[in-house]
Amino acid sequence: MAKKIAVSGNDGPKVRSDCHLSLQISNKGDNEIIIKSKVASLFGDDILSQLSEMLDFFEIKGAKVEIIDKGALPFVIAARLEAAIKQVVKTDKEYLLPIIEENKYSTKRDIFRFTRLYLPGNTPSMMLNAGLHSPNGIILDLEDSVAPAKKNEARLLVRNALRSVNFYGAERMVRINQGKMGIEDLDYIIPHNVNLILVPKCESAKEIHVLENRIQELKKQHNISSTIYFMPIIESAMGVEKAFEIATASENVVSLAIGLEDFTADLGTMRTQEGEESKYARWRLVNAAKAARIQPIDSVYSDVANMDGLRETVKKSKALGFEGMGCIHPRQIPVIKECFAPEEKELEKAMKIVNAAIEAEKQGLGVISLGSKMIDPPVVKRAERTINLAISMGLINKNWREEYVN
Amino acid sequence: MSTNMIKNKLGRLVPEEINGKKQVPFKGLGKHRPVGRKYGPPIPTSIDYPHDGNKVVKSLKEALDLCGLKDGMTISTHHHLRDGDLVSNMIFDIAHDKKLKDLVWFPSASFPCNEPIIEYIQDGTINRIEGSMNGPLGRAVSLGKMNGTAVLRSHGGRVQAIQDGEVVIDIAVIAAPTADMFGNATATEGDSACGVLGYAKPDYLYADKVIVVTDNLVDFPCMPMLIEGNYVDYVVVVDKIGIPEKIVSGTTQITKSPDRLFIAELTAKFCEMTGLLHDGCYMQAGAGGTSLAIGVYMHEILKRKGESARLGFGGTTKYMVQMLEEGTMQHIMDAQAFDLDAVASISKNKGHHHYPVFNAYNFHSKGNLTSMMDIMILGATEIDVDFNGNVVTHSDGYLLHGIGGWQNCLHAKTVILPVPLFRDRIPVIVDSVTTITGPGELIDVVITERGIAINPKRKDLLDAVKGSGLPIKTIQQLKAEAEAICGIPKKPKFKDKPVAVIKWVDGTIIDSVFELDI
Repeated sequence: MAKKIAVSGNDGPKVRSDCHLSLQISNKGDNEIIIKSKVASLFGDDILSQLSEMLDFFEIKGAKVEIIDKGALPFVIAARLEAAIKQVVKTDKEYLLPIIEENKYSTKRDIFRFTRLYLPGNTPSMMLNAGLHSPNGIILDLEDSVAPAKKNEARLLVRNALRSVNFYGAERMVRINQGKMGIEDLDYIIPHNVNLILVPKCESAKEIHVLENRIQELKKQHNISSTIYFMPIIESAMGVEKAFEIATASENVVSLAIGLEDFTADLGTMRTQEGEESKYARWRLVNAAKAARIQPIDSVYSDVANMDGLRETVKKSKALGFEGMGCIHPRQIPVIKECFAPEEKELEKAMKIVNAAIEAEKQGLGVISLGSKMIDPPVVKRAERTINLAISMGLINKNWREEYVN
Repeated sequence: MSTNMIKNKLGRLVPEEINGKKQVPFKGLGKHRPVGRKYGPPIPTSIDYPHDGNKVVKSLKEALDLCGLKDGMTISTHHHLRDGDLVSNMIFDIAHDKKLKDLVWFPSASFPCNEPIIEYIQDGTINRIEGSMNGPLGRAVSLGKMNGTAVLRSHGGRVQAIQDGEVVIDIAVIAAPTADMFGNATATEGDSACGVLGYAKPDYLYADKVIVVTDNLVDFPCMPMLIEGNYVDYVVVVDKIGIPEKIVSGTTQITKSPDRLFIAELTAKFCEMTGLLHDGCYMQAGAGGTSLAIGVYMHEILKRKGESARLGFGGTTKYMVQMLEEGTMQHIMDAQAFDLDAVASISKNKGHHHYPVFNAYNFHSKGNLTSMMDIMILGATEIDVDFNGNVVTHSDGYLLHGIGGWQNCLHAKTVILPVPLFRDRIPVIVDSVTTITGPGELIDVVITERGIAINPKRKDLLDAVKGSGLPIKTIQQLKAEAEAICGIPKKPKFKDKPVAVIKWVDGTIIDSVFELDI
């Protein structure tokens, strides 16, 4: 057997909650494990037993493992060693830590998706507290934020994070890679209770169909019953032209997002604060999504220090019909939420309508009216959504009707 | 020599005797009351001093010689020049050249710039440090490299020890950004301007000999005199007393970490919802990244409500100055200026006052500002399920921080510790802290990103948060949550020998730090 040295993970002065690991197998003698850890006196024994147990699990002998640990949690250490092992040993085995109870939930197609926080798929330190910032969704990204050489180890880290990191109720999302690599990514995420897949640079319904077929196979294989949704990202001129086709590719497509960095590059223009260059694409995408009865979601705002600029952009977005935005920093979440929150007037009107609907139902009336105006069912539905949103954002009490005086 | 160890009131093993002096173990809050008269320095006679008022001598060495520097003496210095201090190392360079032994260094705090001192600890020039040991010095002490036993005191505890004679300072060396020939000194002028000199006050009043070292000698009189020349023996002029950019940061920065900002926001919200933050309240906020952010959030809350804090106390930054200037804070009581805006504000703003820790923290004062404070925000390296806090050692057993004003500030009406639940893989909420620096009785609230624990003795706060929607948990729940994420850490291994003791504000020993067994 070749004596190749496999390496995985990250090291450097700024690295935290991660580790760098090297592995060499000689197939002779006992396993040798060298631990250099900033938490050695507290967790050195735990790290040693975790690494030995994993080597036994993969039936590896004569290995020399050296770990430089910066306070990595067990799910990170496990991902790093498995990644190193799989560089030098061919095995179908997977070392899975138990999936924590808190993560066993599924989501519904029409939940709010105002904010979804992008996290680089190979940076564990950013994953630990992401859910605390209460985004509607957390995206573990396997695509652009992961260097090509790190794709395999990121898959394992994302897989382990889906099982071990508490998402605190946020929709559990993964952005897969494009094309064939993206299809392979599914093996690492579908069996681990992912709620939604973001499909980058989507340009046709066919891409969704291919993914959906593979997901069906995996669901059957792993006996999974919960629904896994799609959020295709439109990032090219072709994607914009095919927006409606993509939006209606599957009943599991719940949102359509736009990615403006790649889109403007495709157009050969620059992305500006005013966004003149992407107006058509945005209108077209909103219209396609609305026609398909799904959520149009706007691109990320990349200047994380400029909260005023963000606020202005979200307001414009909302006015165009978008129902959410991507976030690249947790501090963007409250600003975006606040902007998508119902305005006072809107809320007052919704309360009036919902109240009238409840009264009408009580009285057994088939028709809901407010003063001399008849209220159509879709209007009631929208008002209910507004109320639910206001409750979920803490703007009104769950029992608002008790205090509601007409 | 083996030291006899006894258990104090908190069940911690502490030595009966250190450095040849009998000690009092911690007896419980308010139980130790020294009696008698305060320590007095020797009586000087003015006719022994130059009638023209010129006390300038030609070098620090000459001044130290004139003070009679010899083996075993206690030398005090102060940390107003922070990590930019050049003077304290000069003293021990001179002592080392003179081949002196067994000196006691009594700094108000030490910084990484004092790393060269390690050599003098190891070669016996210095027997021990009685004061904080940050970073490299603490590491050396933890590894048993110091002959004597280190003594850590709070800022207030330092004043207490000077006043009741527990520590007798032979020579106080005061680095002064600006001074005159008579020894009057001030701190808002000069290349090494640092704003205030409060930490040096007890030293110049009580030391046998006082030396003022400056790099900016001005014509008499140097006003306002933060150090009064009437207490000064010698004045020394050197090229440079400090490195300006390491004394005050040009500008203090609020944390950018989303997780710390999250804790800061939650803390401000807690203070608002419980009514702790109210019109006319007395508040303190530190200069750490998270504390600064808490101050900014509180400023926003007060502004929104059209209210103002009566006073803010502590290390001052541009953010407190902003509150003063925008009317959300009426007075700043400044113990230490942390940035240039704070230094500038002292001379500019009427509501910005010098307030030496001497008057804020001291156990032997006739009352203290700290017990009047409504909101006190502090940090900790560890907190245990009994709410005991640790600020001096890390969970791996290394002594890495001083106490600062932390113990003194615990006497505020409500003490809040905003901390992360874990740092990397190290839980902050633990079964039992490595070193008790402050008893849980005085710690009211622990705020982490994963929940808020209120000390059960604060029934008023527990009532106030009912129905608030705040994430209230028990301290045990928080500990369990940290362990579920990190695992249960092992304890570091220690030898039997205490390398440092932690004094409580009254001079008793609250805990010991033991030599690491590595």
